[in-house]
Amino acid sequence: MIDKVWKSAEEAVADVPDGATIAIPGFFVAGVPRTLLRALVAKGVKDITMACGCGPLIGDPELLDLLVKNKVMRKVIDSYSLYRSASKGAQDPFEQAVRSGEIELEVYPMGTLAEKYRAAAAGIAAVYTPTGIGSVVQETTVDSKNPVKKESRVFDGKEYVMELALKPDFAFVHAGTGDREGNLQYRRTARNFNSVMAAAAKITIAEVENLVEPGDIVPEFVHTPGVYVQRMVVVPRVTYAITID
Amino acid sequence: MKFEGLPREMIALRASKELKDGDYVNLGIGIPTLISNWIEGRDIILQSEIGMTKTGPLAFGDNVDQDLINASCQAVEGLPGTAYFDIVESFGMIRSGYMDVISMGALQVNDKGDYAGWNNPARGLGNVGNIGGSMDLCAGANKLVICMEHTTRDGQPKIVKELSYPATAKGKVNMVVTNLGVFEITPQGMVLKEIYPGLTPEDVQSVTGPKLIIAPDLKEIEL
Repeated sequence: MIDKVWKSAEEAVADVPDGATIAIPGFFVAGVPRTLLRALVAKGVKDITMACGCGPLIGDPELLDLLVKNKVMRKVIDSYSLYRSASKGAQDPFEQAVRSGEIELEVYPMGTLAEKYRAAAAGIAAVYTPTGIGSVVQETTVDSKNPVKKESRVFDGKEYVMELALKPDFAFVHAGTGDREGNLQYRRTARNFNSVMAAAAKITIAEVENLVEPGDIVPEFVHTPGVYVQRMVVVPRVTYAITID
Repeated sequence: MKFEGLPREMIALRASKELKDGDYVNLGIGIPTLISNWIEGRDIILQSEIGMTKTGPLAFGDNVDQDLINASCQAVEGLPGTAYFDIVESFGMIRSGYMDVISMGALQVNDKGDYAGWNNPARGLGNVGNIGGSMDLCAGANKLVICMEHTTRDGQPKIVKELSYPATAKGKVNMVVTNLGVFEITPQGMVLKEIYPGLTPEDVQSVTGPKLIIAPDLKEIEL
């Protein structure tokens, strides 16, 4: 019998090496793998690249402080990683670490990031997108330390910028429900980047609130087929504040 | 020089009149979010880029579900006919033009339809900032309405000849609604179509960078 459930989040993340790139889904507060990330901090690891989608770390400020204080991260890739308020941002240890150069920040338009993960999930090397034409994102990566030139190309008279696939070593995902074979179903808007990141990463670790038996999720309503999920852990449903201010 | 003009809620009310029944609409952070207060009961479908169409009103009390938020990180409700989907699908429909109207806030707009909104250099973070979904929304916009205060807090024009902040999009803005007027971007330049009661076109021009074209049928802002 296939059973992908591990005993604890600590065991499931134990082999994440220094320097790994980990995809972190979640749109601000919704769908963030809070338990797996805390287990990663507890394990002790460094030089991690957190490949995000839309601000999952400012969605959990206590966690972000832990990641910065424990020097877990070398780099963050995201579309919206900074507090909206400049005065709050100036007090934020993460933003301070970006300013000092301790942490590298690479920024993309959100839909472009989604396509970079999708390309990796689909086995495609790169995509051409019209997003950002005429802005700096057409010219180079928007990176606090090391902007890299990008290529553009004209199709049918319209300009597009080439974006490379982003294939993470791991994805930590959060699902409302999962069965032992790794089929996952997300709740409402907590799905966001979870499904594409689960499919993009080499190893996907899913934390699920409700563990059910194979067949309990109506097959037509499986969001992430178990083929993409290598490990699962069962986590309590954590209540959190709905704010990024 | 600084003129009072409309409060933010009224800028949103004026912008809401640009939406037609049946439109699929995405509203950005800031004044555009307030547009949703003015369309209750109308057949306008709000898309949230987090992965939802037919976004309902803000949720309070027992109706709050932490797994159901809009793109501004506010708890919302679903409605009969709501659909949830993942982020790839969400931005696919945005980029490929399924949104009839997009409304965004801005730091600067010019008379060629370029606008800047994602990186305020005054923050001192250099080339990085929060792009979020703004550039994708512009790439797929059929009609892009900017809602903003006409000037900065210290009275500097936000409608400028040339952007001094990093662009979000070039040539994509169709209309600008501010506390002082309603402006249309045309190939000839920026046309003042509606004006706050009591102001003259010269007043508005005095806090605007590029030379405005005054519409022959200029009227007071319609609310």
